[in-house]
Amino acid sequence: MLKALGMASRPRTLYEKIWDAHVVDQRADGTCLVFIDRHLVHEVTSPQAFEGLRVAGRKVRRPDLTLAVPDHNLPTTPRKDAAGNRLPIADPESAQQLAALEQNAPAFGIRYIGATDREQGIVHVVGPEQGFSLPGTTIVCGDSHTACHGGLGALAFGIGTSEVEHVLATQTLLLTPSKTMEVRVEGALGPGVTAKDLALEIIRRIGAAGGTGHVIEYTGSTIRALSVEGRLTVSNMSIEGGARAGLIAPDDVTFAYLKGRPMAPKGADWDAAVSYWRTLVTDPGATYDRTVLIDAAEIAPNVTWGTSPEDVVPITGVVPDPMDFADPSKQEAARKSLAYMGLEPGMRMQDVAVENIFIGSCTNSRIEDLRAAAAVLKGRKKAPGVKWAIVVPGSGLVKEQAEAEGLDRVFKDAGLEWREPGCSACLGMNPDKVPPGERSASTSNRNFVGRQGPGARTHLVSPAMAAAAAVTGRLSDVREMGGDA
Amino acid sequence: MDPVNHVEGKAYPFGRKNVDTDVIIPAHWLKTISRIGLGRGAFEALRAEPGNLFDDPAYAGSPILIAGDNFGCGSSREHAAWALGDMGIKAVIAPSFSDIFSGNAFKNGILTVVLPQEAIDRLMEVAKTDEIHVDLENQTVTTPFQDRFSFEIDPFRKQCLMGGLDEIGMTMAMDAQISNYEQRAAAAWPWQAGGANA
Repeated sequence: MLKALGMASRPRTLYEKIWDAHVVDQRADGTCLVFIDRHLVHEVTSPQAFEGLRVAGRKVRRPDLTLAVPDHNLPTTPRKDAAGNRLPIADPESAQQLAALEQNAPAFGIRYIGATDREQGIVHVVGPEQGFSLPGTTIVCGDSHTACHGGLGALAFGIGTSEVEHVLATQTLLLTPSKTMEVRVEGALGPGVTAKDLALEIIRRIGAAGGTGHVIEYTGSTIRALSVEGRLTVSNMSIEGGARAGLIAPDDVTFAYLKGRPMAPKGADWDAAVSYWRTLVTDPGATYDRTVLIDAAEIAPNVTWGTSPEDVVPITGVVPDPMDFADPSKQEAARKSLAYMGLEPGMRMQDVAVENIFIGSCTNSRIEDLRAAAAVLKGRKKAPGVKWAIVVPGSGLVKEQAEAEGLDRVFKDAGLEWREPGCSACLGMNPDKVPPGERSASTSNRNFVGRQGPGARTHLVSPAMAAAAAVTGRLSDVREMGGDA
Repeated sequence: MDPVNHVEGKAYPFGRKNVDTDVIIPAHWLKTISRIGLGRGAFEALRAEPGNLFDDPAYAGSPILIAGDNFGCGSSREHAAWALGDMGIKAVIAPSFSDIFSGNAFKNGILTVVLPQEAIDRLMEVAKTDEIHVDLENQTVTTPFQDRFSFEIDPFRKQCLMGGLDEIGMTMAMDAQISNYEQRAAAAWPWQAGGANA
């Protein structure tokens, strides 16, 4: 009981505090039944879970702790005609999957933010923005980028559909504790270097499997200096480093972000919440299983060259030679990556031409991301070689805010398309895709083979770097663009 | 879930590192609302290459897949486990797995066996000609050539797999403990109660 209320005396990490506070029961073999405070549901990984409940005659235990939003499948073209009527979804399979969520949510008593509601967006943008995601809570979603919410100090991780069904039915999960890794970043990020560049740097250093079995806590002055948007970006990509979850201790920056959000606590509840949230820090003397130190001054704007998110070089760098890697299996993987990407060892990254630009995704579609891209694009035009360039806000509310600031005009004047919110070209399951053999500068999170469409070649970059690439038609160093950038 | 104990037969000597779930099952297959039939989409991009491993008649119907480090990284899509199961895979052997994938595989009765790279290298050789035997009860992988590799598995997972247990049913039987926790949590953190209805 003491432990469950967070009163244990041993120094504990932030992860251990949140874990201890959520253990419902511990089995003799060490497996724990863990309570889930918040469950986000989208259309792709939920239909089979709802079907499972139906077949077994089970209900959703806590619909009040569950929030459903469509995002993955939704086209980002206009959703209503001039008269305000909903437009049909052209792809019949997508339409069926979206209709399933629209029917399942009310049938099981779950709050549903629909495709044409102004609050609709990517689940990982909507959760924090609505104040549904809170520090110290456990948050799950059938999506690996649930790690994103760790930027608020929540223990948030992706789950499969069987686990979605388990949470719907019981509001718990059976889990074993993770190991802990501290990634401590100290110092100031240089001009043009953003949270995304930091995230890519961390993955380059620890590797795509470096965080397997761990929860990463990001600490240090660089992390503390990030906005909540930046923290969400860093935590979002924990999964690309193999960690199921990331964590950043909540502080005044977090509280200022959450205050007044629709689902955030209010009045006396708010004050009580903040005083509890202030205890959510790693105690002096608590130990991590592993610590990685990074000097922020060493980080340049980064870009990926291969088909794993660990394949990162500074924009000033060159395509590596597979023989430069010590590990023979990495040499082989690098050869395959370069063949897929159509790159030769020694090529300057800044000489790589791109035909497609994607600014969006749960990694980089919040207001700060759009401001950073607009600052580079203001008064400029996209290069003639750039055939397709889209900006996809993370939610309807981000879209409204951006329009109020005139960012949409900047994008449109520069020749970019301004779209409706959704996952878009991050994952190639809606109409937004990069054509085979073509290259994209993309603010998303994965450069896997075929991720943005069959044969698509993805270079992961920050929003400012994607904007710079749009202007020059090649991967470019945003620090050489002049102006506000 | 059907009980799982022994998996015996041919194995695909795949061996690749960092195989992500987009490679196992591309996103356009995720629009289904069913769990079945995804084997057709498994390793789709690799299968487009002539002479690929997965369409080699020598390995047709193999119940075991041998892979490299970090198998199943990336997306949480359980469709990856469903696709492997649908193509007949009952065990994957690799030096490491992504956490989410191994959980998904387990929920679908697919064993994820972690062995060191040296053992993987040996099994890759054996798989070209002979069968491999995974014994869950004794936690061993053996070959007809007296190779014997022991592996670790979470005891709870082992029990669930061998018993073919319904995890949701087991947890629902703990309703009293969950209700008790909910009351304690409501008292300790009242501001969390509103959830999506706040």
